[in-house]
Amino acid sequence: MGEPMIIAEDVHKWFGDFHALRGINMTVEHGEVVVICGPSGSGKSTFIRTINRLEEHQRGRIVVDGIELSHDLKNIEAIRREIGMVFQQFNLFPHLSVLQNVTLAPIWVRKWKKSKAEKIARALLERVGIPEQADKFPGQLSGGQQQRVAIARALAMQPKIMLFDEPTSALDPEMIKEVLDVIVELAESGMTMVVVTHEMGFARQAADRMIFFDEGQIVEIGTPEHFFTDPQHDRTKLFLSQILQK
Amino acid sequence: MSRSATTIEIDRPPVIRSGPLRWLKENLFSTWYNTLLTVGSLAIALLLAVLFGHWALTEAHWAVIPANLKLLFVGTYPLDQLWRIWATLYMVALFLGFSGGLHRGLILQIALMVAAATVLLALLPFAWATRLWILATALSTLVGFGLGRLTRQSRTSRWLEISLWLLSFPLTLVLLKGGLFLPVVGEAHNVGGWNKWGFMLNLLGAVVGITLSLPIGILLALGRRSSLPAVRLVSTLYIELIRGVPLITLLFMASNMLPLLVPTTFRPDIVIRAMMTITAFSAAYMAENVRGGLQAIPQGQFEAAYAVGLGRMLTTLLIVLPQALRAVIPAIVGQLISLFKDTTLFGFIAILELLGMVDSVLGNLQWRGTIFELYIFIGFIFWIFCYSLSYISRRIEKNLGVGER
Repeated sequence: MGEPMIIAEDVHKWFGDFHALRGINMTVEHGEVVVICGPSGSGKSTFIRTINRLEEHQRGRIVVDGIELSHDLKNIEAIRREIGMVFQQFNLFPHLSVLQNVTLAPIWVRKWKKSKAEKIARALLERVGIPEQADKFPGQLSGGQQQRVAIARALAMQPKIMLFDEPTSALDPEMIKEVLDVIVELAESGMTMVVVTHEMGFARQAADRMIFFDEGQIVEIGTPEHFFTDPQHDRTKLFLSQILQK
Repeated sequence: MSRSATTIEIDRPPVIRSGPLRWLKENLFSTWYNTLLTVGSLAIALLLAVLFGHWALTEAHWAVIPANLKLLFVGTYPLDQLWRIWATLYMVALFLGFSGGLHRGLILQIALMVAAATVLLALLPFAWATRLWILATALSTLVGFGLGRLTRQSRTSRWLEISLWLLSFPLTLVLLKGGLFLPVVGEAHNVGGWNKWGFMLNLLGAVVGITLSLPIGILLALGRRSSLPAVRLVSTLYIELIRGVPLITLLFMASNMLPLLVPTTFRPDIVIRAMMTITAFSAAYMAENVRGGLQAIPQGQFEAAYAVGLGRMLTTLLIVLPQALRAVIPAIVGQLISLFKDTTLFGFIAILELLGMVDSVLGNLQWRGTIFELYIFIGFIFWIFCYSLSYISRRIEKNLGVGER
């Protein structure tokens, strides 16, 4: 398999005096789907955001696709081009149409011709199941549709890695499935993915590995089977019992 | 009625009865004190209207307006060169029509508004020759529109449009003031400098101020939020200094103090100085308006832009500024309107703009005591322009509101 896609070594992060990440060590291989779960405030969102440097880590090392994250702006922008990210709050650009949302970065960053970008964008909208919404504005779509546009927007850059930061947490229950279906399809296509989520059904179905975060540390790593049936740590057991009761 | 699983009743919203009588009763005569207020204020309004109507119809010397129309609008501009002002108007009308033909939408509405206004204007009792001059404005709008429609498919016409609008500034200057192939107005005609051009100066000052203060204001607003301390400091200092001083003080400084500080060889004339001052003044306020819009952009927008690989520059240009400006259009237009009205302060530094021209007219013995007529007329002119601006701004807001909610 060669060099892992993402390497994190002893990653630390403080917000003021609050020690949010306390030495994270992990790797993500090519084509691997890693699901991160844990109680809120455990640092899982912070960690996923350090991978494309929306948050800066203060100690340790993060290497993505062979490039180490540093203060060098060139490196950061090069890495961000290869990483797609989907946010909890969608964060679509409200002043642009759906099609423009998807084609913006390919046209301005990848320097594709408009016609090429639009062709690929329409194909992606087809893939996430909303080709007919291309000319609407984000405000006219439902939450589930907006999140699918956000996935298409991230995929339009043809990234090597996709990060999902609680992609279904802001959705009404009946829309969660339509978004998860898209993510599962993406996982099965061989994309390297890191997903922060509370959707344990999805994790069981799509994850190659589960990581459990608590208080800024990795408590447990394992395959879904091992994770759900035979968790080692008390903290993981407690979390699972609480979340699976729902 | 009972509801079952198969038939679902759809409740219609209750129909609200309306009608003029009902409206009157609900809004004006609903209680005894509302009735009292209605009758009272109606009586006062009627009294004022009668008094004003009496004055306007019997005592006022409205003849002062047509007799001095040329002086009020273009001041001492030589009569035999007036065609140059018309030519400037036709040029702008032509470009406006051209843009309207290319894009339709709002810009076409504006072009049509201008054309309609000139047609209405031509209905007033002007000399026939003047009417023809006026109507030619509408004609050139139509010609521009036709050209725009015909060439709307071609890519070059878009570039042509932009370069034409950019060219319109130097062209206006050459047409009005002279230079290149045209004689310089003032020198050849012995009528003094361009500081006595009446309402034309208000318009020129406003257009220059508006087109320059907006980009400068945006740069200042971005500068104030910059991560570079030096840029931030300079922008903040500039904004706070300018905002702390009344415009009239700045104008006096530009007219009286600047000549003491700057060598004679580098001293722009008084009109240029006035325009520079009002631009500098307006830019500071514009910067604060824009900053308000910048602050309203959620952090998630920046993150989403960075995450798809956009750098800071592109994020600002493509994501942040369009949303920020859109959010503060009402404030920006308000600023533009007040800039337009502030050009009347030029009168205090020996520039005879519209308001300053009033004193010239009153200095003529024939028109002594016509101050009310003149001020009412001036008020009316300013109202027309300012109201059009705010109307356009409301249209822009509506047009841009698509899908935003």
